Amino acid sequence: MLHIKCPHCGMRSQNEFSYGGDASVKRPELNKEISDEEWDNFVYNRKSLRGKHLELWQHLYGCRQWIKVERDTSTHEIFNTYKADEEIS
Amino acid sequence: MSQKFRLENGGLINRDKKLSFKFNGKIYYGYEGDTLASALIANGVHLVGRSFKYHRPRGFFGAGVDEPYAIVQLYRNNETEPNIKATEQELFEGLEAKSVNCWPSVNFDIGAINNFLKIFLPAGFYYKTFMWPKSFWYRVYEPFIRKAAGLGVASTKHDKERYEHKYEYCDLLIAGSGPSGLASAYAAAKNGARVILAEDKPRFGGSLLTSDVNIGNQSGEDWAKSIISELKEMPNVVVKNRSQVFGYYDHNMLVMSEKVSDHLPKTKKHHPKQRLWYIRAKEVLISSGSIERPLVFGNNDTPGVMLSSAAKEYLKVYGVLVGKNPLVFTNNDSGYETAIEFKKNGINPIILDSRINPQSEIIDEAINLGIKIKFSYVVVAAQGYKKVSSADIAKISDDKKQLGTIENIKCDCICVSGFWTPTIHLASQSGNKTKFKDAIDAFVPGTSKQNETTLGAANGIFTLEETLKDSFMAGQHISKKITKNDNKISFPNVVEKKSSQHDKFWCVPLPKGKNYKRFLDFQNDVAVSDIEIALKEGYRSIEHVKRYTTLGMATDQGKTSNLNGLQLVSEIENKVVPAVGHTTFRPPYTPISIGAIVGREVGKHSKPTRKSPMHSWHEKNNAVFVDAGVWLRPRYYKQGSETLFEASKREAKNVRTNVGICDVTTLGKIDIKGPDAAELLNRVYTNAWLKLPVGKARYGVMLREDGIVMDDGTTTRISENHYHMTTTTAQAANVLSHLEYYLQLVWPELNVNVVSTTEQWAGAAIAGPKSRKLLEKLFPNNDVSNEGLPFMGYMESDLFGVKARIFRISFSGELAYEVNVESNNGHFMWEKIIELGQEFQVQPYGTEALSTLRIEMGHVAGSELDGRTISYDTSLEGLISKNKDFIGKRSLNREAFTSSDRQKIVGVVPLDKKTSIPEGSHLVKDAQAPLPNKKLGHISASCWSVEHDNPFSLAILKDGKNMIGEKLFVMSPLKNKVIPVEIVSSHYVDPKGERVRS
Ligand SMILES: [Zn+2]
Repeated sequence: MLHIKCPHCGMRSQNEFSYGGDASVKRPELNKEISDEEWDNFVYNRKSLRGKHLELWQHLYGCRQWIKVERDTSTHEIFNTYKADEEIS
Repeated sequence: MSQKFRLENGGLINRDKKLSFKFNGKIYYGYEGDTLASALIANGVHLVGRSFKYHRPRGFFGAGVDEPYAIVQLYRNNETEPNIKATEQELFEGLEAKSVNCWPSVNFDIGAINNFLKIFLPAGFYYKTFMWPKSFWYRVYEPFIRKAAGLGVASTKHDKERYEHKYEYCDLLIAGSGPSGLASAYAAAKNGARVILAEDKPRFGGSLLTSDVNIGNQSGEDWAKSIISELKEMPNVVVKNRSQVFGYYDHNMLVMSEKVSDHLPKTKKHHPKQRLWYIRAKEVLISSGSIERPLVFGNNDTPGVMLSSAAKEYLKVYGVLVGKNPLVFTNNDSGYETAIEFKKNGINPIILDSRINPQSEIIDEAINLGIKIKFSYVVVAAQGYKKVSSADIAKISDDKKQLGTIENIKCDCICVSGFWTPTIHLASQSGNKTKFKDAIDAFVPGTSKQNETTLGAANGIFTLEETLKDSFMAGQHISKKITKNDNKISFPNVVEKKSSQHDKFWCVPLPKGKNYKRFLDFQNDVAVSDIEIALKEGYRSIEHVKRYTTLGMATDQGKTSNLNGLQLVSEIENKVVPAVGHTTFRPPYTPISIGAIVGREVGKHSKPTRKSPMHSWHEKNNAVFVDAGVWLRPRYYKQGSETLFEASKREAKNVRTNVGICDVTTLGKIDIKGPDAAELLNRVYTNAWLKLPVGKARYGVMLREDGIVMDDGTTTRISENHYHMTTTTAQAANVLSHLEYYLQLVWPELNVNVVSTTEQWAGAAIAGPKSRKLLEKLFPNNDVSNEGLPFMGYMESDLFGVKARIFRISFSGELAYEVNVESNNGHFMWEKIIELGQEFQVQPYGTEALSTLRIEMGHVAGSELDGRTISYDTSLEGLISKNKDFIGKRSLNREAFTSSDRQKIVGVVPLDKKTSIPEGSHLVKDAQAPLPNKKLGHISASCWSVEHDNPFSLAILKDGKNMIGEKLFVMSPLKNKVIPVEIVSSHYVDPKGERVRS
């Protein structure tokens, strides 16, 4: 079971969180004309990466904040965690 | 006849407490502190089971967790449990156990015929044999295998025992209380670290209990005792025996199973049977020791052949002789230690040593004691069927290829030692890439992957002095990093005998003309010949060889077989062992009972039960409850001998004619506040929200980004920047997360806060033509007329001194209201409504009537909004705004969503107006068409229409828009029903929706 550092609450067990997918996906702006391909890429198409992955988790049974977690999908190592609005260098 | 193999004295058992127990129906006696295995051996019982494949007789091979044979069915306190190792099960008064894997009995076993047919049961036999002919599988093979195989029978009764889960944090978790565990725990504890020391056996001390050593002028056993008693006194230390750390998971999470009560005849009141510990450790010290490796020779699975370390443990810990005429067969000095113990207790063992001319202190001691030793000698085969009666032995050439003349010598047990295999399971589970250590012919942990350090024998260090030095230092050093303390501990003086180099030899060649089975995996009956076949057939990867031959795949996970299997593959393949590599170690290290894994989460405890504030009223009024998500809701209120059908019909009818009340507390409620609240709703819902006036409610539908309907509900504008959203009971949690996702990540610029208020408000729906009259009584100071509180209107009021919110919304299709009060006042509200509603014939109604009312009205709910439907399908497309963007809108132009014959909700009525229609049935054009009959749609919800007094269903039907008036068939192969039906509008009652506005 992972041990995730919530940037708001500190180290917490994985079972307090829920997974929210790839954090690098950006929702197209409202009312913006976009191609079917762009829309499909947003809704459906995801890479199944092996290695470093920036992903979303929600601290569901905690502060309820959505956070970003930089994690290795094969070793489960967590390199860093960020608040939703934090700049990632 | 009693305990004739028990020594007069000695051992760590309590001879003052004699215990009786039953094995295979026969009564025996043992002592407190025995295991089932030690007590049986004390009574001369060595036949305890039958092997898995050939049903060969099975005895005891080890004395602990590594035991591959002695697996029994245990009976305790009117319960039964399979897969219990007799070597681990502690004896208690009245214990009962039976052999498994034998039929009809352990002494006469029909499956043993496999032994004589073994030419037909080689490697891959399951894959080859049972494939053909296909029809034989069900009729012949499977029943045969089921009867013949298995490691016991699981109880079909409900387990009355309690199992607990515990979550714990510590600085250092130390797995194993042998010399390395004790030394490191002691040093770390003295530095103030929070330490958990776990030992899987009942007694602490590990190898110190059986080895002839001296630490700080005490025997190993006494030193262990003094360290443990000191540790137990320290507030920063938790010391646990009967506790197996069986899994090393991500981020230094380890799981330990503590057998709290398994050693007692009966679990004490308020105690659990077992406790599972989830431990998050800053640092992990693995001091799991090592397991002796078998030597491989003919019939080496005969009862009486066992590990020499096990023989020594039975002797020193239990005061039990595994034989009175022992043969020790060894390739290293460990066998000598066992022989010396025999000799000290008046038994004359013979040692066969495969080495040519080894020299060491231990060997000298054996010689001085007058023990007979034969160098360059090996056991070629054990003789005897149910117990060893003699051994064929021979001299072996220096290159270990040629056997000399075979002699037969009498013996009643053969104690084997093929050197030691470090127990690296936990380190390997942590992700540590193990490395092969040539000097000991075994794998040891490599570079640490997580925060783990492996010590002592588990790390391939087999001298006590080095082990203790390393472990003291590791404990001190690692704890210092955490606590910053630096308490030095003086290192005790260690006296141990030096041993000489072991022999790499491990497998005795077959003598000419003999075809003895030489077993590698004792639990799964995998012999040398099976590995040879697998390699001949082209299997190369050790993972494939394992699965094809089943080597190491039994419940003992190959603790005694893995390394010998690897050595064999490497020899045949002419590769070094590390090039072959070992198979993956996976948790659990040893079988864990399902009960322990499940813990308290059984039955009603498997999820929380939520009750509305009116629950006790429902109970008092004969409500029959139903699970609705985590909530308990009244399904119907039973009057007299009513059935569900009768009661729900009565309740629904009363809503249509008088007035009913329904507990709607379970609806999800979300409080939304902030200047951008309207903008959020406008983006989340498909319809327009910017112009909703204060004091008005609106129905809304929200989509997922892929265009599928996510949820529906009404949202009310309480004040300028304050909204009250309702969701369905099932989707409440998802909708909240959904809103939080968009607010926090996608549109953080929106100034809005959302919070769940589901449990803060108690809700009652008041529905029916007389509902306004009832409302006038409840709120005499408010104008609740059609003008004062119109459809979709909202007002705040006072219910006899209690703050209340009144919404004029309807799920039933009748004139209806929903009243919310703070949860604490829910019961008061409910009773008030019942009291004042008497003159209007008010009746409570449950979820069944609620469903009936919404179905015949054509209101969609979870069974239509099932994650596969879009707004059009559920006739909610009128709520899609063309003038704004919203979540999921861009997906609605997908080809399938816009096709002209897209599915749509319809009503379904049986032609005979009598036959009720099973939910989930399919709609087809032609009931006689050959299979597969093309499905046009499915029945999503069914009821008995109280308005029309006939069955009515909702269905999602292909091209539903153009199907009204068509005659189709409902087919339910499950219920064996074919029903001719007519397709009608989904609005079966009040299609114009006049009642809600009346
Ligand atoms: Zn948090």
